[in-house]
Amino acid sequence: MPVGLPNNENRPTPTCAFPAVWHIPGMDRSDEELIAAVKNGDAASFEPLVQKYQGRVFATARRYARRESEVEDIAQEVFIKAFQKIHGFRGDAPFEHWLMRLAVRTCFDFLRAHQRNRETPFTELTEPETDWLDRFVVQPDTASEDAEAARLLVGKVLERLSPSARLVITLLEIEERSVKEIAAFTGWPVTLVKVRAFRARAEMRKILGRMARDKYL
Amino acid sequence: MNLNELHAKLIAAARNHPPGSQTPYAFEKRIMSRLKASPAPNVWALWGAPLWRAALSCVAITVLCGLWTFSAHRAADEPGSFAQDFEAAVFAPLNEHLEDAW
Repeated sequence: MPVGLPNNENRPTPTCAFPAVWHIPGMDRSDEELIAAVKNGDAASFEPLVQKYQGRVFATARRYARRESEVEDIAQEVFIKAFQKIHGFRGDAPFEHWLMRLAVRTCFDFLRAHQRNRETPFTELTEPETDWLDRFVVQPDTASEDAEAARLLVGKVLERLSPSARLVITLLEIEERSVKEIAAFTGWPVTLVKVRAFRARAEMRKILGRMARDKYL
Repeated sequence: MNLNELHAKLIAAARNHPPGSQTPYAFEKRIMSRLKASPAPNVWALWGAPLWRAALSCVAITVLCGLWTFSAHRAADEPGSFAQDFEAAVFAPLNEHLEDAW
């Protein structure tokens, strides 16, 4: 059992079918208190911060990495960077925003370092993906956005985008964030975000065109 | 195929399927053990490495300059060196005059 985890004997016995809520040390302290403690050399105060925000960091990492091992590597890097840079956190914005900015930048670095072959043709589409696309071609309204095939298909399209285009499409169109927010997340000027958004949409349309050509011509 | 509509549909599909926020068991413990394992950055060590490198380069440059100066002096002292030849050429008429005087 990992060090520091409560033993089964110490855990409160659930009295009903719902999972028991365990007391996590440090979770009752505010972010400001925990950060101040970490800055003063109490590294253990970083653990509740990890516990509190790990879900959000994992969800962000899953937007950009497919394999679970890659997602874990990204999340680990985000928290290690956060610990190393915490002295630079001034507290002007909530810690969560600062951490998410770090997470987005780490994901962008990951995308740049793991650029897969973006020129591969769309011939390896699975049967449900092909069916969904066929349905869309015949009658667009019948191709549901809720279908799992659509989710897998958009994943394949996003993988073929350049790192900056993927980041912009994800933040602007999928997460529906504003240009200003994206500028704050990425550190790019607002005008650069707009230019990259324009290019990203064009790039995505080009990829969709290629997909249609590979599939139907 | 209407690419704009396909684009909108696929983006909507991505919005409808947000990624999960589940985390591996005891992930925070793993982070804390990683942080404990990695030594705290030592400011002296951070400065020490480049300073040592700079000191070694300086020593190497000093030794090379010393060797060059030493060899240049030795070359100047050798008979038949350029300096001596030059001196002999300049004073040649004078030497001839002195020889005639004898």
